[in-house]
Amino acid sequence: MNDNKPALQVSALCNGTVIDHIPADKLFAVVSLLDIPQMESNVTIGYNLDSKKLGKKGLIKVADKLFSDEEINRISLVAPNVVLNIIHDYKVVEKREVHLPNEVRNLAKCGNPKCITNNEPMATHFHLVDAQKGTLKCHYCEKEVNVNDIELL
Amino acid sequence: MKSKSIVSINDLSREKILALLETAEKFEENPNRDILSGKVIGSLFFEPSTRTRLSFETAANRLGARVIGFSDAATSSATKGETLKDTIIMVSNYADLIVMRHRLEGAARYASEISPCPIINAGDGANQHPSQTMLDLYSIKKTQGTLENLHIHLVGDLKYGRTVHSLLHAMRHFNPTFHFIAPEELHMPEEYRMFCRQNNIPFTETTEFNEDVIASADILYMTRVQRERFSDLMEYEKVKNCYRLTNAMLADSKPNLKILHPLPRVTEIAYDVDDNPKAYYFQQAQNGLYVREALICDVLGINI
Repeated sequence: MNDNKPALQVSALCNGTVIDHIPADKLFAVVSLLDIPQMESNVTIGYNLDSKKLGKKGLIKVADKLFSDEEINRISLVAPNVVLNIIHDYKVVEKREVHLPNEVRNLAKCGNPKCITNNEPMATHFHLVDAQKGTLKCHYCEKEVNVNDIELL
Repeated sequence: MKSKSIVSINDLSREKILALLETAEKFEENPNRDILSGKVIGSLFFEPSTRTRLSFETAANRLGARVIGFSDAATSSATKGETLKDTIIMVSNYADLIVMRHRLEGAARYASEISPCPIINAGDGANQHPSQTMLDLYSIKKTQGTLENLHIHLVGDLKYGRTVHSLLHAMRHFNPTFHFIAPEELHMPEEYRMFCRQNNIPFTETTEFNEDVIASADILYMTRVQRERFSDLMEYEKVKNCYRLTNAMLADSKPNLKILHPLPRVTEIAYDVDDNPKAYYFQQAQNGLYVREALICDVLGINI
């Protein structure tokens, strides 16, 4: 599929997932969202790599791991434009984009200081209201928030 | 764990709202019915609200239920650092239903998710207060004979006023036309204007409050302009008397006009309006009793 591209970071991976085009400043947030520190797979993390699109980008290669939709959609909270390359036998067999999930549970903090979730030991929960604008609504206090303004837990 | 709670007016369908109003009408005919004898209702007011608490507790008493609870968080274990979850679960061991008021937004939703018994939200911060909205709807229907196709004028603090926002949401089922009358600093937030556009609800906006503006009104819904909402107190001094309804302003109003106000009133309705038959705010508060009797029976699954 991508045979004409120079054998860049992807080439070394036999099977697994390459998460590309992560804005450099969001790299470690993505690392944390995907629970990478808990993984036992072979993981390569590239930071401040040169990118024509982004200037500096981050990249994560995870060997022998396919992420579920739920897992990859979490990334959209911090980096809506990342691309996932699914690698099989050294080749990109699929490219996947991330989408804001319909429900965001216990990943982000509600921005309303008077929201019960900021005052009780409990999970947060947002519903997607407008995918295009990136509007989420707190399940509890019903305040709307844009995904760009959201703070991760 | 999920029980049949009433947390937000936005959860109620058109049919559900109409059914509840119909039940409330029956309670107006006869508010004293001994149908909840043996039931215990927990009345948990983590934040004081005498008006709402008395209305709910009267509703419970007139239905024959007994009431336990507290009227101020200072007298509850919340001051000892107990979480809301623990308080709710503890009280649900004793009560068949919990009516709760809390200063934090979303508190009632959370309680409804963890409580084995149903919850009625009696106000969660600036978020929801569904029994207030239901009594507003009841008052509109009772005085106009219908909820459909009415011109509703909302006056005063439209920015922070929880009651006007909830009323706007609830009325989306009934083809209203809204008129927003508010000072610049307290105008209707874009979120709600957008809501009107999305739901094809026509609305007008003005900062002027005079006889001409209210001439087309079926319902004039007054709210309090609160001093603490203003960053510029000069601005407050300027506007506070502009949004004041006097009896003289009602000379050319429609014969079916009724004036509503969630109360407490301060200066926004002159006392000379009280004797005008179009003043309805005290009866409106009384309607809260019938509506709350209907809500209590509904969550307990009792048909009237």
